[in-house]
Amino acid sequence: MKATDDGGDGSPIDDIFTRTSEVPTLTRREKARRTFDRRVYAPMAVLVRDWRALVGGLIIAAFFLTGVVAWVSSSNWWFLDGVVLVATPTVMEGPIFAPPFQDSAYPLGTGVMGKSIFKQLVHAAPAMLQMIFAGAFLSVIAGTVIGTVAGYRGGTIDKTLMSFTDVVLTIPGIALVIVLAAIFEPRHPVVVGIILGIDNWPRLARTVRSEVLSIREEAFTEASRIMGLSQLTILRKDIISNLMPYISINFANGARTIIFESVALYFLGILSFTTLNWGVMMNEAYNGADLTNLGQLHWLFAPMLTIAIVSLGFILFAQGLDRIFNVRLRARHESTTADAEEQ
Amino acid sequence: MSYYLKRLGQSVLVFFVTVTVTFALYRMLPFGPVEMMRANLISQLVQQGNPTPDQIEKVNQMVQAYTGINPDQPWYFAYYEYLYDIVVYQDFGVSITKREPVFQILFAAMPWSLFISIYGLALGTTVSLLLGAAMAYTEGSRFDAGMTVVSIINTTVPYYIVAILALIVFSFNLGWFPSGGRMTPGTTPGFNYPFIAGIVEHAALPILSSFIAGFGGALAFRGNCIREMGKGYIRLARLRGISQGRIAIRYVGRNALLPIYTSIMMGIASLFGSSIILETIFNYPAMGFVTFEALMDRDYPLIMGSFIFFTTLTLLGILVADLTYGIIDPRVKGGAERESY
Repeated sequence: MKATDDGGDGSPIDDIFTRTSEVPTLTRREKARRTFDRRVYAPMAVLVRDWRALVGGLIIAAFFLTGVVAWVSSSNWWFLDGVVLVATPTVMEGPIFAPPFQDSAYPLGTGVMGKSIFKQLVHAAPAMLQMIFAGAFLSVIAGTVIGTVAGYRGGTIDKTLMSFTDVVLTIPGIALVIVLAAIFEPRHPVVVGIILGIDNWPRLARTVRSEVLSIREEAFTEASRIMGLSQLTILRKDIISNLMPYISINFANGARTIIFESVALYFLGILSFTTLNWGVMMNEAYNGADLTNLGQLHWLFAPMLTIAIVSLGFILFAQGLDRIFNVRLRARHESTTADAEEQ
Repeated sequence: MSYYLKRLGQSVLVFFVTVTVTFALYRMLPFGPVEMMRANLISQLVQQGNPTPDQIEKVNQMVQAYTGINPDQPWYFAYYEYLYDIVVYQDFGVSITKREPVFQILFAAMPWSLFISIYGLALGTTVSLLLGAAMAYTEGSRFDAGMTVVSIINTTVPYYIVAILALIVFSFNLGWFPSGGRMTPGTTPGFNYPFIAGIVEHAALPILSSFIAGFGGALAFRGNCIREMGKGYIRLARLRGISQGRIAIRYVGRNALLPIYTSIMMGIASLFGSSIILETIFNYPAMGFVTFEALMDRDYPLIMGSFIFFTTLTLLGILVADLTYGIIDPRVKGGAERESY
C-alpha cells in the first residue's frame, strides 16, 4: 500500500496540481449583463432609493442638460447651426423690468436692458460647467495622486509631499486665487476653473493618504504584492478603487466651492466679464437695478436662487454618494450576486 | 516641546514659501507685472524712434521706482534683497496709486479687519458648537431636524449672498444700518458714546455676514457628540453620579471637539480671505477693501504686500490655535511626557 501512495498514476498530490476548477466560462453576453448589473443597475437602484442622492442627481442632471441645450442653441457647428432651443439673449427683446411669471416669452422677467433673465441664466450654464469640471478635476487628480503616492511609498517622499500639502493648506485660498486671477487675467472658463481649483486639493490629499496607509496593510494588497503585480496595477486596482467615495465626495464639494468663488469674483468684477456668468448677472443687477424697488429685485434674485439650487444639488449628491459606494448596500441591489437570492 | 518647535518651524517655512511665491509671480514670470511694465514703457519709446541706451536706463529706473525691483539685477540677488527688505525693514515697496509705503497702508487698515473677522469667527464657532451640542442632546426631536435643515441651507447659500440681502433689507430699505464706512462722520474718536455707537452700527452687518461665513461645523460636532455619548466611559461617569453638566462639558464636549479642532483652525484661513469679498460689498475701508482697490488699479506692490499680510495673519492665527491645542488634548505633548504602562 505504501508504495502506491508514494507516487505513480493517480496519486492525490498529482491531482492537486493538475485539476482545473469547473467554473463555467461566461459568454460575452453574460459578461456584459453582469458588468451592467454591477456598474449601472445596482448604483442606480441605490440612488433612486435614497432621496438625497435622487434630488441631488436630478438637479445636477438638469443643470448639465441646461448646459447642453445652451450649447446646442448657440452652436454654429454643422447641422446644429439651425437648431435653436433657447435663443441667445438680446437687448430689448422685451419691456424693461418685466415681472417674472407673467409672460411665457420671458418666464423670469427682464432686466434694465430688456434682456430675458431666463435666457441669460441658461446661456451662462456651459461656461459654468466648463469651469466647474476643469477645477474639480484638477483638485481631484492632484489630491489623489499626491495622497496615494505619499501614503503608498512612505519615507522621504511621504514627508516631502505632506509638508508641501500643509504649506498649501495654510496659505489663505481666496487671497491666493484673487492674486492669481489679477495677474493672469484669465479669459477662458477652463483656465478660470483651474485657477479656482488650485487650493482645493490639500484636504483630499490628506484623507487619501491616511486611507492608503490602512489599505496598504490589508490582506488583498499584500496578496497582489506577493503575486508580483506591478506597482501601477496595485495602485490602480486595489488602492484607488477603494478611495472612490472620498474622491467623488471631494469632487462634489469642490464643484460647489468653485461655483461660490467664481460667482463672488465675477460679482466684484475681479475677473473680467468675458463670458456670461451668474456672478456677472448679479453684478449688473446690483449696479443697474433700484435696490429699494421690489419690482426690480427679481433680476438679482434669479441668479442668487440658481446658485443656491445648484449648490444644494451638489451637496445632496455628495451625501448620497456615501451610500452608493457602500459595498454591502450595493450588493443587496444586485441581481447576479449570490446575496441576491438570500434577500 | 518637539511638537511646538515643529509647528513653529512649519509656520516660518510657510511664510518663506509665500514670500517666494509672491516674488516669483511678481518678477520671474515671463509676462509678470515687472516685465509687462518694462515692455510697455519700451514699446512707447520705440514708437517715438530708436531708444538710446540712456533712455532704456531711465525706463529701468522707473520700473525700479514703481516696483522696488531692478530689472537688470540677476534674480537671486533681487530675491535676496526682496526677502531682506521684508524681513528686516518690513519694506514691501511703495504703493503706485497711493504714493505711500505699502506696510503703513496695510498696518493702519489691519485692526479693522481683525475686529470684523475675530468677532465673526468667535460668534460663528461658539454658536455652531452650542447648536451642535443641543442637537445631539435632543437627537431625533423636531429641534434636531429643523436645525439640520438650517445647517444645510447655510452651506447652500454663500455668505456673500447673505451679505447682499442683509444690505438690501436693513440698509437700503429699512435704513437701520449705514451702507458703508466704518465710523459716523463728525464724531470724535475716543471713549465716548456717539463714536462707539457709530462703530458698532457700521460693523453690525459685516460681523453678521462674517458670522454666517464662520458658521459651520454644527453638524460635524453633533455627530461626534452622539458618538461619544454612546461610549462606555460616559455610562460609567453617570453611574458614578457625576453631574450632567460636568459630563456634557468635560467628557462629551472635550472629546467631540478634538476631531474637528483642526477644521475650525482652517476656518481662520478662509475667514481672512473672505474679508476681501465682505469688505468690498459693505464698503468697509479695511485690509480687504484696500486689496480690492489695489486689484482694480493693478497696484502690484500693494497686492503682493496684502497677500503676504493675509498669509502672515492666517499663520499667526493657526499658530495660536495650534499651540493651545495641547490644553484641550494633553496627549499631543507626546514623547517623554507620555505615561508608561
